[in-house]
Amino acid sequence: MGERIIECSDGRIKMRTCAWSPPGDHPVGCGMYLTVEDGKVVKVEGDPQHPITNGRLCVRCLTLPEYMYNEKRIIHPMYRDPKDRGKDVWEEISWDQALDIIVEKWTAIKDKWGRESIVTFQGTGREPALYHSSLTYAVLGSPNAVFPMSGDSCYGPRCSVADFLLGAGYPEMDYAQFLEGRYDDPQYELPKYIILWGKDPLFSNPDGFFGHSLIDLMKRGSKFITIDPRITWISARSEYALQLRPGTDAALGIGMLQVIINEGLYDSEFVEKWTFGFEELKQRVNEYTLEEIEEITTVAKEDIIAVARIYAQNSPSAIMWGLAVDTNSNGTQVGHTIMSLIAITGNFDIPGGNTLSVPASFMGKWRYECANLLEPEIRKKMIGLERYPGFQAAHVVAHPDLVLDALETGDPYELKMAWFFGSNMLANTSNAQPKRWYEALRKMEFNVGQDLFMTPTAMALYDVFLPVATFAEHEGVVLPHFGRNTHMVSAMNKCVDVGECKSDLEICFWIGKRLNPDAWPWETIADFFTQQIQPVMGITFEDLQDEGWHMNAFEYRKYEKGLLRPDGAQGFNTPTGLIELESSLYEDWGEDPLPYFAENILTPFSRPDLAEEFPLIMTTGGRETTSFHSEHRQIKSLRRLMPDPLVQINPETAIQYGISNGDWVAIENPFGRAIEKALITEIIKPGIIHAQHGWWYPEQDGEEPNLFGVWKSTINSLIPHKAIGKLGFGSPYKNVMCKIYKVDSLDS
Amino acid sequence: MKDYAMIIDYKYCTGCHACEVTCQNEHNFNENEWGIKLTEHGPTKFESGWVWNYVPVPSKLCDLCVEKTSDGSPVPCVLHCLGQCMQVVPVKELADILPALGEEVAVFIP
Repeated sequence: MGERIIECSDGRIKMRTCAWSPPGDHPVGCGMYLTVEDGKVVKVEGDPQHPITNGRLCVRCLTLPEYMYNEKRIIHPMYRDPKDRGKDVWEEISWDQALDIIVEKWTAIKDKWGRESIVTFQGTGREPALYHSSLTYAVLGSPNAVFPMSGDSCYGPRCSVADFLLGAGYPEMDYAQFLEGRYDDPQYELPKYIILWGKDPLFSNPDGFFGHSLIDLMKRGSKFITIDPRITWISARSEYALQLRPGTDAALGIGMLQVIINEGLYDSEFVEKWTFGFEELKQRVNEYTLEEIEEITTVAKEDIIAVARIYAQNSPSAIMWGLAVDTNSNGTQVGHTIMSLIAITGNFDIPGGNTLSVPASFMGKWRYECANLLEPEIRKKMIGLERYPGFQAAHVVAHPDLVLDALETGDPYELKMAWFFGSNMLANTSNAQPKRWYEALRKMEFNVGQDLFMTPTAMALYDVFLPVATFAEHEGVVLPHFGRNTHMVSAMNKCVDVGECKSDLEICFWIGKRLNPDAWPWETIADFFTQQIQPVMGITFEDLQDEGWHMNAFEYRKYEKGLLRPDGAQGFNTPTGLIELESSLYEDWGEDPLPYFAENILTPFSRPDLAEEFPLIMTTGGRETTSFHSEHRQIKSLRRLMPDPLVQINPETAIQYGISNGDWVAIENPFGRAIEKALITEIIKPGIIHAQHGWWYPEQDGEEPNLFGVWKSTINSLIPHKAIGKLGFGSPYKNVMCKIYKVDSLDS
Repeated sequence: MKDYAMIIDYKYCTGCHACEVTCQNEHNFNENEWGIKLTEHGPTKFESGWVWNYVPVPSKLCDLCVEKTSDGSPVPCVLHCLGQCMQVVPVKELADILPALGEEVAVFIP
């Protein structure tokens, strides 16, 4: 292991750190050294000693100095009178002034409308994902922490399904992430096949998984099967690439289960000993014929059979389930079929299969425990608790769609103050129908936001702007999978200061110590982290900083060893103590206990009356390496690699609509409209288009009504509000009907 | 001729651009100067499947960082490459190294 700080002969120093955010990413903790000269980061170098990333870095870390020292970055707190929202008339203030303003407004609002009138929003996957609910519950005293993406369609649904059916955290593929010897560790076995299901990890943001580990496994001989409407780089190298119609994943899962069960290819010993409801599942999946499933999914019956056989007959193999499971109102059932496939083939928690863990640990546990600090009558007011009890059973947050309803109607009560954490929500995935959110939030009495740049959301809505430190400017702990299956923790080590920026956690401390000091007893950030990691790992935060990273203890087949249940008994932490192929919880929450296929509400099949006018299916959300959702649009080195928002269209479809490569194209449906630039490509089937998300234009006029052009390419405007599943999860971000036509420019 | 060559095992190049960006940062090139640049074949249907290949091609500006790495430190583009598909090796060792890499491999002496 290398040194934490290296003094170079030229007087510069190199400081080791591991990345989370900002700039945005998920908690992977890529290892690097930052070279510091005269108090500034001047160079970024990967750390070859890092056990997962081995020195590899993507372009977002490689351009970190350009992000940190960007001319557009906000580095001092600012205030703007609420009546001037949308105007670029900010006044620089001190942190003390900001605190006084916040305390005064918070006091007045809670006294007049109650603490529940405060609502807080988080973006996706960044560091404040761990701290935003804590600030809400343990500082502001409100029960309404929310991730405002309709149906909470990112990660929460998958984690909840895993918790309901397995009583476990996120079942990540085993890529030897827990083992000291990594791929060469004697305990490890290579997955024979890896199924990438609605997931493109090379360039997506997979919650703690380092995407290019797939290349490590490919070099060592793992084979691939991809289930994706688009051909990806991995599908081009896969044994099977099943290009299903977007949103029909549950039908495909049912078909695969049927083949494995009816052909007797399942692990009967595992099924008998460790699962509940096998006969009921068998009966359910036989209610569909493979011919019907072929018609629904557009995947040939022969391919469904072949892939099911390959997966069942090549143990160990792993399934990686992606965001497509969440962005689907039928997604709870998609997850159910995938968990059932892994279970009946005996691939859980074996070397080379899918690993298991307890559902919450470290700060990932603490953030929800903070809800216990709420006054009981306040906690009962959490929006969505009565309507969607299952939604809140595994992750303690308010329901996003019902929060928008409350903002618009005042039912169940008025919301008056909002706080935004790492979320440019008007531009990005954090909402369906962004203009409705905008109209509702601009009427709030008081808004506070934490960010690094003047985003459309900040320009439109904030009254107080708190500037946030990048990962190079603060102490922190990277927690892969947010504590829901964490192979290691790593230290984010502060290397420099920029302006007066503070980390999201420092901001929580800063205001927490004034408003609710009992909940924030730690003297320092380091003390807080030590209390989080020491009981599990036996080391302090300072030890972690010196070590760089620390692997979590791990054992395979935990269900045999009593390691998944708090009572130490064998089995799984579910009501039956077994993996529930038939859920014993769902009926109480108004959901079918067995998986089924249901068409999403806005497809040419569910709405044949609209199919003539809107004959195409739009899918969204595919990632590019040059940005994290709406971030990085102002970073010139990255923007020139991806200058415009792209919509991918099959050549046949393009000819049909008279569209050429590079044309501006309007994408429209009854809910909304967006303009993007055509990329004609065979990777998508005729009749389906893929549109990029998260676009705004930092180079354009920021004031209203333009707001950096945020409404021009707002693909989320086409997504309906509250088109979600029975448990409250899943919105059709990847499968809505639309039409396309050529336009003259982005401003058409 | 240079003493060193760059091998790209391009069956593992995912087109991540890390080499391009690292090289520009390392040499303080302006935005139109590239020490290495990605080329792309596909994605398109090809035989019974698909072809989707990237090959980064070093330009005349590429000095293989021979001086910078004379102390044994890694070549920056090689270090950061997400697919770990690049090597800088002595030209005279090519014949020994190449057979183990199999197909879809390119060698550049820039």
